[in-house]
Formats: sequence, C-alpha cells, structure tokens
Amino acid sequence: MEDALLLARVQFGLNIAFHILFPTITIGLAWLIAWLRLRVERARQEDERRAWLETYRVWLKVFALTFAMGVVSGITMSFQFGTNWPGYMNKVGNVAGPLLAYEVLTAFFLEATFLGVLLFGMDRVPGRLHVASAFIVAFGTTVSAFWILALNSWMQTPAGHVVVDGVLIAGDWLQVIFNPSFPYRLAHMLLASGITAAFLVAGLSAWRLLRAPGDAAALKTLRLGAHVAAVLVPLQIFVGDLHGLNTLEHQPAKIAAMEALWKTQKGAALTLFAIPNEAEKRNDFAIEVPKALSLILVHDLNGEVRGLEEFKDRPPVAPLFFAFRIMVGMGVLMLALAWFGTWRLRGNRQPKPYLLWAFAAFSFSGWVATLAGWMVTEIGRQPWLVTGILRTKDAAGAASGAELGASLTAYVLIYAALLLAYMVVITHLAGKGAK
Amino acid sequence: MSLDLPLVFAVLMGASILAYVVLDGYDLGVGMLLPAAERDEQDRMVASIGPFWDANGTWLVLGVGLLLVAFPGAHGEVLGALYLPVAAMLVGLMLRGAAFELRIKAEGWHRELWNWLFWAGSFLAAFAQGLMLGRYITGFDSGAGYWLFALVTGAALCGGYVLLGATWLIYRVEGALRDKAVAWARWGLLWVALGVALVSLGTPLVSETVREKWFSVPRIFFLAALPAATVAAWCFVWFNLRRSDTRPFLGAVAIYVLAFAGLAYSLFPYVIIDRMTIWQAAAHDSALKFVLAGAAVVLPFIVGYTLYVYRLFGGKAKDGAY
Repeated sequence: MEDALLLARVQFGLNIAFHILFPTITIGLAWLIAWLRLRVERARQEDERRAWLETYRVWLKVFALTFAMGVVSGITMSFQFGTNWPGYMNKVGNVAGPLLAYEVLTAFFLEATFLGVLLFGMDRVPGRLHVASAFIVAFGTTVSAFWILALNSWMQTPAGHVVVDGVLIAGDWLQVIFNPSFPYRLAHMLLASGITAAFLVAGLSAWRLLRAPGDAAALKTLRLGAHVAAVLVPLQIFVGDLHGLNTLEHQPAKIAAMEALWKTQKGAALTLFAIPNEAEKRNDFAIEVPKALSLILVHDLNGEVRGLEEFKDRPPVAPLFFAFRIMVGMGVLMLALAWFGTWRLRGNRQPKPYLLWAFAAFSFSGWVATLAGWMVTEIGRQPWLVTGILRTKDAAGAASGAELGASLTAYVLIYAALLLAYMVVITHLAGKGAK
Repeated sequence: MSLDLPLVFAVLMGASILAYVVLDGYDLGVGMLLPAAERDEQDRMVASIGPFWDANGTWLVLGVGLLLVAFPGAHGEVLGALYLPVAAMLVGLMLRGAAFELRIKAEGWHRELWNWLFWAGSFLAAFAQGLMLGRYITGFDSGAGYWLFALVTGAALCGGYVLLGATWLIYRVEGALRDKAVAWARWGLLWVALGVALVSLGTPLVSETVREKWFSVPRIFFLAALPAATVAAWCFVWFNLRRSDTRPFLGAVAIYVLAFAGLAYSLFPYVIIDRMTIWQAAAHDSALKFVLAGAAVVLPFIVGYTLYVYRLFGGKAKDGAY
C-alpha cells in the first residue's frame, strides 16, 4: 500500500510537472503572438508588414506545437484526478469539481476553437477578426490559469467552505475562489509564465543569430525578450516576497521547511546553504547570515520566526530547502542576464557572440525556476492534499502497484521522448532557413 | 418546482460524450486510415482535420469533467475499474496529438516515424475507447467472456471511427482520394453493422434490467423504431457514398446518435449498470447549481463559435500549412 501510494504520487507528480512546462510557455507566448499579429495588422508599409509577418509565423509555429503538447498532457491530467486520487473527489469534489468545470467551459473550448481560426484562418476571415482570434486565444490561456490556480490555492489555503450533513460544500464561492493565497499565487504564476516565454523568445532568437548573424527579425525578438524579462523579473522578485509573507501567515510550516529552520528563534539566521539532517533535526555544513531570516520574514532584525519543532504535520525539509534555493538562484541569474543583456543591446548595438550564447543557454531557464517553485509549494503542502482537510494518503486509489508501475513506465518513456522531440524541433524551427 | 439536477447533468454529460465520439471519432478515423493512402494524400487527410482536432478533444475533457463534477460517487469507481484502458487511451491521444504538430515539422525518416506514430496513436486511442465501452456496459464484470466482448467492442469502435473518418474525407477531399474514401467507408459500414448488432444483442444478455426494458410487450413495438431507424440510416449512407459529399457523414452521425440513444435507454437511470443510479452518485446540489449557472451562460457560446468555425473551414480542405 505504501508503495502504491508512492507510485501514485510519483506518477501524478511526473505528469503534472510534464504538463506545466507547456502552459507556462503558452500563457506568456500567446500574448506575444497577439501583439505580433497586431503589429502585422498595423504595419503601414508592405515591407514592414512582411517583416512582422515572418516573425509572427515563426513564433506561431512554436506556439502551436507547445499548445498541442499542453493539450495532450492536460487530457491526461483530467483523468488522473480520478484514477490516482478518487478520495480527493469524494471528499472535496463539491468544491474542486466546479472550479475544474469552469476552466473547461470558459477557457479550454475558447482557446482550442480560436486556435483553429488563428492557425488556418488568416486568409479566410477579415484581418480584424483574425487579430481578435489571437487575443481570444491569449485571453483563454490566462482564464485557464485563473481557474486552476484558484483550485490549487484553495487546496493550499482553504476558505469559504462549510460542512453540511458530513459533506464538504462551498458556502461562499467568492471566498472559495479568492482564498487567501490566490491573488499572490496567480500573480506569481502569470509572471513566471511571462518570464519563461521571454527567455524562450530571447534564447531561440539568440540561437538564430548565432546561425544567421545579422538576421533583423531575430535581433528584434532578442531585444523584445530581453526587455520584457528585464521588467518582469524584478517584479517577480517583489511579488515572490509578498507570496512568501502570505505563506508565512497561512502555512508557516512550509516556510520553516523552505528555510530549514528547526527551532523557533528570535533574530533567526538565513541559511544560504546546508545539508538538512532530518534524523538529527539540524543542518550540516551550514553557511549562515546572522539575523537575515528575521529581517526578510518579519522585517525586523530581532523578530521571532517559528521553527519546524512547533508543527506536528510538517513537509519533508531537504527537497523544499533545495528546490527553493534552485528557484531563487535561477531568478537571480535571470535578473542578471536580463539586465546585462538589455544594457549590452541598448541603442542599436549588435550583440557579441558570448551574449548570444548566454541567452541561448538560458532558453529553458524559466522551466527550471518554475518547476522548482512548484515543487516548493506542492511538496510544502504535505502531508496534506487539502490543508487541514484531507491527507494525501487518504486520497489514494485502489490501483495496484503493478498497474501503476506499468502505466508509469509507459508515461516516463513517452514524456522523455516527447520532451526531447519538442526541444529539438523548436530549436530547429528557430534556426531553420538561416542563410 | 425544482429542477432534477442529476438528470440535467446526465443529459449534459451524455451530450458531451456523444459530441466527443462523433467529433474526435472522425479525427481518429482519419488517423487510422493514414497508412492506406499515398504520401501527398496523407498531408491532405491531416489538413482536413487540422482546424478542428484541438477543440474536438476538448469534449472529452468536458465529458470526464462532468462525470467528475456531477457524479463523484461514480467517477472514482468508473475510472479506477478502467485504469489500464484509460492509460492506454491517454498514451494514444498523446502520441497522436504530438505527432500532429511534429510530423509537419519533420523531414525524411523522422516524418515517416511521426506518421507511423500518428496512426498508432489514433488506433490505440480508438481501440482503448471501444474496450472501455465494452467494459462499461457490462458493469466491469470479470470473466473471460466479458473481456472477449470488450475486445470485440474495441475492434467495432475502430471500425466505427473508420466510417466517420472515411465519410468525413468524402466531405472534405476530392479526386482519387475521395474514391478511396468511398471504399474505406464501405468497410467501416460493415464493421459498424457487426459492432452495433453485437452490442445490441450483448447488453440484454448481460443484464436482466436491460432485457426487461427492451423485450416487454407492448414496449417492444415502439422501441423497434430505434433499430429500424438505424438500419435506414445505414442504408442511407451506403447508397449515398458516391452521390453526395455531405450525406454520408451526416448519415454516419445519425447512426451514432441512434446507437447512443439506445445505449442511454438501456442504462438509464444507472451511471454504473445495476449498481449505482445517477441520483445515488450525484454531487451536492450547491455544486451542481453553481456549474449549471455557468454552463447555461457559456455553452450556447461554445456551440455558437464551434458552428461558426465549422462553417468557416467547411467544404473541401485547403492546404494545411500555416
């Protein structure tokens, strides 16, 4: 049973991690596509129009592929709720179900249908309608993020529900949707998506410039990606801080695990690096900055921060501690590259090869940071599936270890192959036609 | 007067699943027919479903979503019992969907590989869906005979999707490929006849409830209209294959609607046959009301813009590149 639970978690975790890669790109990229399509429409001269159209077409291909990957992995998700976690729907289905239904009804059909118009309708519908289709697709992707993050946030910080005749139902839907952590998580994720898309655009454009120096369109999109990232990354750091403070208020055990703080203390030190020792409840090889944690979390050098010792239900420490550092570390590197790149590309300066290589290397940096961030928030909710309401182990299904093992093997092989194919193809798309 | 919410949701869920089966059915059918065509024809076949397939698949998400939202009591049991066929279907849908985009962008043997995966994914998804149907209508009974029945429904649904795919191609393409599609459609029709006959005979044998519903006098005289109409639709498709572009597909859809109606009549009011009714499995009224309010506003728009897109891209398919 323990093994089956572990397999169910690994399988779901793998699937959700694979899935999130693609929406993370499409939510941001959809708005870029809409903007590019608008530029095509607004272009006054024919050669200007042609130049924008060429850029638009390249990114539309990347978008279509990414969207398809998101759709197919998303269909898998919708089934795994039931196959892997039947206890989840039995217990909180009256709250979770409608939020998922609203996502399908208000977002999925909209995106999928108007994507068809966007991809194949350029010479069939009036220009304005085609531009509108691009914006509708972008709007749909964002609405989709709204609902799924409302649900995820509700699982983290449940609110607005009541128990009637032993059944958990929504008392106030507005409180359910706008639960305490929702605004922060939504903003954090939308920014993550914008940044991921910006680095992908900058990175693939840089890759093209390495293959085809002087390609004007690629230089334009490299600049665009760098500029967008230069604005969004600092904004993300600010929002991330607010999100952290919100977590401290509602899920203090998660923060204590993220910072590997074992004992409650005043003037707590910030542990930059350590190897958390779960058995001994201490950190080995710690490098600390005195009082810094209190400053960050309480905004007071001598403020009190609650340690893990206070919490009976607490998440595993090491994965949170390291995942959080990977996310923050990646964010700092991305900020450095975005600002440095923006500065080096100022005016009409041509990029040097080392800068292009740096951006190309960072093409998928958003994925690393986003996945690490999701691991922090999802593992940080353990041992709960819905904080204080439903434990993960009580939600697992009756699927046997053998069934889970067989399907898990199939999923791993397919995800690895599809991910490889995806990355090769979009890199190839970006470099194709280079003269 | 209060609305019977579980009943409303059973109708909505049934409609979504029927929409999925018909719409993605022709996608999967075209995918399964891919190896039977020449290379340049394959591109036209994929182009014929290009603008629609993303949205078509969404009906499956809505169908399973409504099962999850409206009938949580059945959701876990149904999907748990169907664990492996569901996993196989998902693998198939993933391969097909990814191949859709990747085959256009690949060259040389890569392209051949993605074409092959497109076919394999379509076939696997279709067969798994048929297997799920067979398992579902027999109430997930174990025993070799029931599994054999499920294997036959798996094969029959593949044939049924081939019919939808072939008649879709009759509507969407011209020339030699259309002639080929006519031949494919005849094979599909024969498979459908076998499949519908087997399911119609199999379900009353498996379940006494179903037997009584159909074979009691005087009901049977009214109900006989259903199989009669199905035979009429079948003949309508068969004799219109060369005469019309649109009628074969519409006739094929009619066969699906009639078969679905028969199945719905057999099963109602059960969501799991002989074990759980829709009222026993239903979610709390507060959840159903909230979703119904949204669905009442949004569904007309969904139907509206779906029809618009079908009108926009209807008729003979053009080049599929974008």
